[in-house]
Amino acid sequence: MTLDVNWALDWVRRTAQVIAEHRDELVELDRQIGDGDHGENLHRGFTAVLHRLDALTEPPAQVGDVLRLVATTLMSTVGGAAGPLFGTAYLRAARASAVSTLDGTATVVLLEAALDGIVQRGKAAPGEKTMVDAWTPAVEAAVAAADNGAPASAVLAAAAGARAGALATTPMVATKGRASYLGERSAGHLDPGARSSELILRAAADAAEAAAAHGVAP
Amino acid sequence: MSPVALVLVSHSRALAAGAAELAGQMAPDVLVLPAGGTSDGRLGTGFDVVEAAVLRAGAAPAGAVLLSDLGSAAMTAETVLEMLSERDATLPSRLRMVDAPFVEGAVAAAVAAQSGADLDGVARAAAGAAGFFGAQPPAKLPRSTACAGTVVRALVVLADPHGLHARPAAALAARLAPLDADVRIDGADGRSVLELMSLRTVGGHEVQVEAWGPAAERALTLAVAALRTPAERWT
Repeated sequence: MTLDVNWALDWVRRTAQVIAEHRDELVELDRQIGDGDHGENLHRGFTAVLHRLDALTEPPAQVGDVLRLVATTLMSTVGGAAGPLFGTAYLRAARASAVSTLDGTATVVLLEAALDGIVQRGKAAPGEKTMVDAWTPAVEAAVAAADNGAPASAVLAAAAGARAGALATTPMVATKGRASYLGERSAGHLDPGARSSELILRAAADAAEAAAAHGVAP
Repeated sequence: MSPVALVLVSHSRALAAGAAELAGQMAPDVLVLPAGGTSDGRLGTGFDVVEAAVLRAGAAPAGAVLLSDLGSAAMTAETVLEMLSERDATLPSRLRMVDAPFVEGAVAAAVAAQSGADLDGVARAAAGAAGFFGAQPPAKLPRSTACAGTVVRALVVLADPHGLHARPAAALAARLAPLDADVRIDGADGRSVLELMSLRTVGGHEVQVEAWGPAAERALTLAVAALRTPAERWT
């Protein structure tokens, strides 16, 4: 089977929902080691994404069209660092997915493009207690899982990798981003950007599972 | 050609506006565009706010230099450039993002743009601003020895109690700029506001003015007359 535009739309809608559900948690995580606006910013951004999706007069033709809409909306509505970081991730992913369906390899290419965008924009490396620590193991897991060719398994693996990566940020001392101002005191807190990245990739996996359950045409 | 423009990207609308006001004071002909805060006036950097400023400044034929304050301001500016470059591939060649102290870089860039520096020159002035405005005096300036023709000299006691601070330095540099002459004041380039300020002169100090080139005599007369007058009496 392949992942298509409907999967992308479902992914985005599920993301908006899960971000809304976890808004307060993200606010609290960011309050501990950042400026406390991550949950509110992302919630505002994805709410705007939903409005723009609902306002579309024609359904998007390509996966990339959906992701580009997310990119431009997040860039203009999310004021914090998450705006340019996630905006760039979705923009690069959109450029890498200008097709109507994705096989396993194309799915991995999409995820790799997103990670590359975040790394390039944020100039962060793994181990610095940022969203890169969720995205890097996510992409690695997706690459390993894509060998069997199924895009859904690549996305599922990415979600699991992101979860493990996000949890691993808790003991880290931040050396990048706002939390790095806290130095040693940043240890013991889950990184909010890694947590929201995990939620976004979890939504991608849930959408892929739902698509498989509904028997999307191969 | 109109001077190089500036875009000042900050998390705060007030900070960007204040830095633009300060930089603009010494550079009346330079387009200095503040791009601070989000589009609804909160703290943060708004893509739309930065995009609008970049589009306006990017239309300047001489190009524009972008300065940003905290980390995500630079990220927003980069993202704007990446998005706009999709529509106009020539834009990156007309814009320079410079890693510089926000306020000092803005002032240095504005002054350089006002004195006619090109895009790379303005970017260099911004990038080098930390050294010029830092608490420690910068390293001694290289004294120019390469000069053609006769050198005319004079010693002048500075009349202004504050010496060659920002406004008189900018005014002197602007007066000397159009003359076909090289002028050195205690070795500092008379047309470089930053070099003049970096002399850290005070009133009552004696400085040496040297000039050479076709308009050397006029330049010397002009510089001496200016330095003998307190800045507030300059016309």
